[in-house]
Amino acid sequence: MSFISAAEADKNTYDVIVVGSGAAGGQTAYTLTMDGVRVLMLEAGRNYTPATETPMMQTNAEAPLRGSGTPEKPFGFWDATIDGGWDVPGEPYTSASDDPARKFVWWRSRMLGGRTNHWGRISLRNGPYDFKPYSRDGLGFDWPMSYEDLAPYYDKVEMLIGVYGANDGLENTPNSPAGVLLPPPKPRVSDLLTKQRGAKLGIPVIAGHRAVLTKPLDHTRLPKLLHPGNEKAQSILSADMQKRAACFFATPCGRGCSIRANYQSTTVHLPPALDTGNLDIVTDAMVRTVTKRPDGSAEGVIYIDRKTGAEHHVKARVVVLAASALESVRILLNSGVANSSGKVGKYIMDTVGAGFSGQVPLLENLPLHNEDGVDGLHLYSPWWLYKEQLAGKLGFARGYHIEFGGGRTMPGMGAASGLEWLNGGNYGKKFKEDARRYYGSQMWFSGRGEMIPNDDCYAELDSKVKDKFGIPVLRFHWKWSQHEIGQAAHMEKTFAELLDAMGGRYPRKPQSGDKAIKQGGIIIHEVGGAMMGDDPTKSVTNSFGQCWDMKNLFITDGATLCSNADKNPTLTIMALAWRASDRMLDLLKRKEL
Amino acid sequence: MSLDRRTTIKWMFAAAATVPSLHAIGYAPQPQARDVAANQAGYGTDPDLTKDWRPGGPWPLTLGVAARLTTAALCDLIIPADDVSPAASAVGVVDFIDEWISAPYPQQRSDREIILPGLTWIEAEAQGRFGKAFAALAQAQKEAIANDVCSPAKAAASAATAARFFAKFRDLTAGGFYTTPVGMKDIGYVGNVALAKFDGPPLAVLKKVGLA
Repeated sequence: MSFISAAEADKNTYDVIVVGSGAAGGQTAYTLTMDGVRVLMLEAGRNYTPATETPMMQTNAEAPLRGSGTPEKPFGFWDATIDGGWDVPGEPYTSASDDPARKFVWWRSRMLGGRTNHWGRISLRNGPYDFKPYSRDGLGFDWPMSYEDLAPYYDKVEMLIGVYGANDGLENTPNSPAGVLLPPPKPRVSDLLTKQRGAKLGIPVIAGHRAVLTKPLDHTRLPKLLHPGNEKAQSILSADMQKRAACFFATPCGRGCSIRANYQSTTVHLPPALDTGNLDIVTDAMVRTVTKRPDGSAEGVIYIDRKTGAEHHVKARVVVLAASALESVRILLNSGVANSSGKVGKYIMDTVGAGFSGQVPLLENLPLHNEDGVDGLHLYSPWWLYKEQLAGKLGFARGYHIEFGGGRTMPGMGAASGLEWLNGGNYGKKFKEDARRYYGSQMWFSGRGEMIPNDDCYAELDSKVKDKFGIPVLRFHWKWSQHEIGQAAHMEKTFAELLDAMGGRYPRKPQSGDKAIKQGGIIIHEVGGAMMGDDPTKSVTNSFGQCWDMKNLFITDGATLCSNADKNPTLTIMALAWRASDRMLDLLKRKEL
Repeated sequence: MSLDRRTTIKWMFAAAATVPSLHAIGYAPQPQARDVAANQAGYGTDPDLTKDWRPGGPWPLTLGVAARLTTAALCDLIIPADDVSPAASAVGVVDFIDEWISAPYPQQRSDREIILPGLTWIEAEAQGRFGKAFAALAQAQKEAIANDVCSPAKAAASAATAARFFAKFRDLTAGGFYTTPVGMKDIGYVGNVALAKFDGPPLAVLKKVGLA
């Protein structure tokens, strides 16, 4: 079994259909196929082969426009995104409001592995508070599970994909068990300066957690822990782990990684799943609807073959939506299923984002050294004001973490641009001296904060607009609450204080929250829209992503999240997908699906 | 000295209209640049990342011969050769700027509306003040023109548009230059090499910053 055509898939029978091939689809297919379940995966985009398609080590001078982002490649020319961005030709969405502050923008990518090929690899666990936010402060919704329910799956995912980090034991920032995390990379000088000066402000600075192999995975120990009693799975995983190289500390992760040193579904989840012989993948398969059997259960899905335009109907015992939160919502709405609660499309969330940058004279003209490291997040700051916040001292209810960076990264168009705020504006030999002086002395800070789900943020079907396949599109409603706006203001103010503490300067003052906050959807952490819960009248699925109204329809992507903690959601999505897949295995064995 | 008299040319969105007068004072007779076609395609949403992408590949370059000479002279005024590295034009920055302003994307089309009129302006300055093409001026003459516009904060109000052009041109020149191998070496980038381990900053660096 392997990559097959739509026509071939029509002839086969499968236990489970998985819609989507990213973090959720990859994890779901991995867990199921390793346990002998026959899976058909449908991916809306084209096949993608990181081993041959990744631009490892190319410089920006080798790219058009020195690699700058364009509408066709928003994250830059070398970025591992295919047919993707906030605007995908022929695949529109609409907004209920013309007010820019109330418009949500929706990132898609159409390729095998989806956005896992280019993501930031930041892998933070939700903490105990993050599962019970309503109980803690009366806002939003509690999850129908606790941290302890998901912790074993965080362990498994971290061991499978490889996550570096350290156990700092800070509030609501869980440790991993011994032997799970890989060693973190050594901090850069800008990291250490941030840590030293952050301490004076009471801001903790600790090792980042990212899905990058800082050393090879332990291919003898880990497969036994991940697949106890399943020798075939252990042997496949052990062999595959040996094909993943450790990071060689060069070339940005966002391009993808041909040596498989970081996590992307295409290099970590799909190869062993394919090796089981239990996985077939059809690419260019744009799923339109879930179909229903006479008894009300899910029958299969209808998809459109992008290459031929032909419609195909495939069937299985179980259907899993892992198409990305809002694409799964769209499929549910277009299918008219699983929505007796009326909650499909409701409570969509993104991450709150704001950024600030400046220049630090202490970092000027440092002796030359290689600062590439593992690319992103050697250190970061987890949220640190839980007690003050709970006491109502901050004016906004949820926290954020700080991502930051500096140093001599690979020069792009910004390497010596816009220096006027530092040197007044010059040219000639003096300009060249200034370029050397300031390069590597600039630092950026990004806040990534929790958004509280609200009634003003939801998606519905547009009554008129269809995409190029004739499928009705989503129409978004969006409005930040004062909690998010207040948080964004706090971010910029804090970043300016950090720069002050480092003896730095910045080209503009911190802004008010409504100006500082990034547009909804810009951070690309969109989740929610098919919330899980304990009450079928108030939620779409149970804690296993199993739809209340359709017991053999599961959702394993971010659509089921009840809250969107400041921790980037991908690791949590994978842990939930593994847990849901274990439940499916159990129910399949008991013949309850 | 007054820039007003010489900058009465309304160049901001009317570069083409200035060509006859420049022609009359001896500026190159060919068009400054060919148009970028309204329907010019970009590299698409799925370009082959393994192929050789050099300027002129994804879309045609458009600068005329004379405009390229002006561009080269201004690039090299901003980034001249020094003891460390060569001048900008020696490492392909003119081709890069031509690629940039010939690209079909919104940012680049918008920058083109700054760069082309700016090149026309600087030639008019050269002719008006010194009676020669900009590229043919002596270093001190080039500097006399640049000194009026190189600092957005200090430039006269009447020279604000020209200063905006100069800042944009400087950013493009620097971006084009410091991304090349010699530019990266000059600015002090020593990464993008495979390492067996990552050691972090050397002790000398930590000492200088007060961290050791």
